[in-house]
Amino acid sequence: MKNTLYKIWRFYVDGFKSMTTGRVLWLIILVKLFIMFAILRLFFFPNYLNEHTNSSDEKGEFVGEQLIQRGQ
Amino acid sequence: MIENIDSSLIDWSRAQFALTAIYHWIFVPLTLGLAVVMGIMETIYYRNKDEFWKKTAQFWQKLFGINFAVGVATGLILEFEFGTNWSNYSWFVGDIFGAPLAIEGIVAFFMEATFIAVMFFGWHKVSRGFHLASTWLTGLGATISAWWILVANSWMQYPVGMEFNPDTARNEMVSFAEVALSPMAVNKFFHTVMSGWVLGAIFVVAVSCWYLLKKREADKKFALESIKIGTLFGLVSTLLVAFTGDGAGYQVAQHQPMKLAAMEGLYEGEQGAGLIAVAALNPSKEAPDDGVNPFLFRVEIPKMLSLLATRSTDSFVPGINDILKGGYTQYDGTTAISVPEKIERGKTAIRAFAAYRKAKADGDEAGAVASAKLLQDNMPYFGYGYIKNANDVVPNVPLTFYMFRIMVYLGGYFIFFFLVMLFCYYKMDLTQTKWKWLHWVAFLTVPLGYLAGQAGWAVAEVGRQPWVIQDMLPTNAAISAVGVGSVQLTFFIFLALFTIMLIAEIGILMKAIKKGPEIN
Repeated sequence: MKNTLYKIWRFYVDGFKSMTTGRVLWLIILVKLFIMFAILRLFFFPNYLNEHTNSSDEKGEFVGEQLIQRGQ
Repeated sequence: MIENIDSSLIDWSRAQFALTAIYHWIFVPLTLGLAVVMGIMETIYYRNKDEFWKKTAQFWQKLFGINFAVGVATGLILEFEFGTNWSNYSWFVGDIFGAPLAIEGIVAFFMEATFIAVMFFGWHKVSRGFHLASTWLTGLGATISAWWILVANSWMQYPVGMEFNPDTARNEMVSFAEVALSPMAVNKFFHTVMSGWVLGAIFVVAVSCWYLLKKREADKKFALESIKIGTLFGLVSTLLVAFTGDGAGYQVAQHQPMKLAAMEGLYEGEQGAGLIAVAALNPSKEAPDDGVNPFLFRVEIPKMLSLLATRSTDSFVPGINDILKGGYTQYDGTTAISVPEKIERGKTAIRAFAAYRKAKADGDEAGAVASAKLLQDNMPYFGYGYIKNANDVVPNVPLTFYMFRIMVYLGGYFIFFFLVMLFCYYKMDLTQTKWKWLHWVAFLTVPLGYLAGQAGWAVAEVGRQPWVIQDMLPTNAAISAVGVGSVQLTFFIFLALFTIMLIAEIGILMKAIKKGPEIN
């Protein structure tokens, strides 16, 4: 089992080391994910319901009230 | 407190979602298409052990990898938008979307991430058979991911397998099979995925033609063999897309008749309705019932729309005004009710919902039971309760009409294109200079492949407006009451971010293509 895990580990390490174009692509992926999660998600895309409610029950109440009000 | 939802907030929220969806759909179809191409190439290598096919497969896998890496996770931004800009919708559908999107994420993460690593890293480390399986499973992972996203979208177009729970204000799934295997979902899956196959095939042929155009002698055999595979794959895929497109049209006719009417510019229903082949809409037409002729001119294929809609050439296809006024016999034998009547029933449903919640809060069990029954009886029209004017349920007809035509015309062109390429491949010498014009045609067909896919999505999504969930929730009830400014800001941030990513991808792809497959 330990040997298998080590082989899998070496497989990925050797694979990443031998990358050429892949290194640029990984850089793009990491930069993109950083921008998405550390900047956009954090500062520009807060979860609206989480900001206005504290629990699932409150979310149901909140949305239910919204649905009723918007229909008036 | 009653919130005032500014119409500009709705427009900007829709525009932001449309922008991110459009960009997402630049990367996804090429992933789906190249996944099959690289599988075919490697299968040939597996069978004949010819190093040429190994190099060929590796080249297309490289391009697949570039597109995959740049495009990966672009879909997650759509989920961010659900939570921020579309919170009512997000909660309303949470129980339905939760399972498909969770499965999509898990499949995408485990299946694709695992096998894509074996595909790229495992050439000298695993057996040829295991490597081939990994290549196909990488593509299958991407395709299965698409299945779950399309199940979610199909549910928005044709909500089934759920019950609305007034206690939680959520739709709860009562039948996973009904949601996952809805006829709308099945048809949409095959039609959408195969459209990606068409784009992948066009891309392969175009890149190959580029090598011929540049007289790259070392890559001549690679280019010709790739053209053969790409053209055959493309022709089969395009025909399948046409077949599933017919199925999609049937589903739309059955469950979204207003969308079909908009697609055809059909304002007054017809028995034995014809399908518009060529037409120009009259820009003077401003309202469905203004009496103005909707067309400047039209050429139609007789009875074809009835055949598409109902599999019968003499059936009645309702127009926009028929749907608004009601009174016609629907395909299930019932009589259609008018949109004003649906609006009244929708308002009844919303009032019953409010009464139910009040009765529960007051401990009035009898009142709650009565209100719940009234809500359930009128639930199919819940969304209409938010519609102020009957004409608001008519989508943008010119946009839907012309996008549908662009998609269909391009589909026809692709069949012709692949037939010509196939003929020239077998009967002519495509390496000769006199075929330079054809190489350029192939090259210029790439943006058309993207345009066809985007046009198809425009038909699907613009044609269902104002509904976020058909008949159940329109856009004005679905969006969060956030400031317009924040939506505008993120719109332009995305525009910049995605454009930079697209330019980066094109740059990296061009570099890889210029380097070539390095076969000799």
